[in-house]
Amino acid sequence: MVSQRRTHRSFVSYIDKSGEYYRAHGYETPYQWAAHDDAPFSSLTKPLSECKVGVVTTSYFLPDGFVYRAPSDLPRLPFVEANESKENLNTKHLSWAKDETHTDDQETYLPLARLQQAVENGRIGSVSDRFYGLPTQFSHRQTEKRDAPRVLEWLQQDEVDVALMVPL
Amino acid sequence: MSLGARHIEQAGIPTVVVGSARDIVEQCGVPRFLFVDFPLGNPCGKPYDTEMQGAIVDLALDLIENAFAPRTTVHAPFVWNEQDDQWRDRFMHVGDDNRSALLEAGEQRRRIQADLKSS
Repeated sequence: MVSQRRTHRSFVSYIDKSGEYYRAHGYETPYQWAAHDDAPFSSLTKPLSECKVGVVTTSYFLPDGFVYRAPSDLPRLPFVEANESKENLNTKHLSWAKDETHTDDQETYLPLARLQQAVENGRIGSVSDRFYGLPTQFSHRQTEKRDAPRVLEWLQQDEVDVALMVPL
Repeated sequence: MSLGARHIEQAGIPTVVVGSARDIVEQCGVPRFLFVDFPLGNPCGKPYDTEMQGAIVDLALDLIENAFAPRTTVHAPFVWNEQDDQWRDRFMHVGDDNRSALLEAGEQRRRIQADLKSS
């Protein structure tokens, strides 16, 4: 354990940073981030070792021939609702630190193999055959009224007990 | 994603968010949050570091098992780069060196959006 001293908060404030960044792009009205004072809470109803875990991702499938022109194109992409290959998953047009890292190893944002190890270790019961796409949306309403209910429905269909949710 | 976690949790399925944008997730307010203080893109661990990735999944599962109240955050004990923490400043950097380029990029983006709207 290395003890350190700092004069400022060390972790990045993406709310502050993106506000300044887009202001520099000429967008004067800052984004209205979701904010709540409370949060819901549900407890497990059975031991974790018997639970099925599902992964929810903000990555997406890019269909052949899809031409990306602007961020407003992303909501036109098909929903990720996968039970097969994750080979075609894409992260290219999402906002992440492309100068610092890469997403070639999908386990860094979709940890299905690591969860499978947790099954083998007896930590969890199983991993859902499907993983689920919850796209990053500008509109809170789209997320709350359309996308999240859709993911919930898939989780319920698959009898998922625990959702591991990974925003890129 | 945080709004989604709230929706799913509300319906009775316990959730844990694993992410790197601490302020965004905590301000939205989620039941359980594993904060991984890395550049955006690899919240579940460094590329090809299967040991770290496994530890992060374990921590997320610990949160599911042990959190007893909403808005529980655990800070994963991993450092992106011991020698260089300047990645924090490089992401979305705004300075005199790029201010005019950013403004031009914004104008270009607005032109594209306007064309898309009118087409």
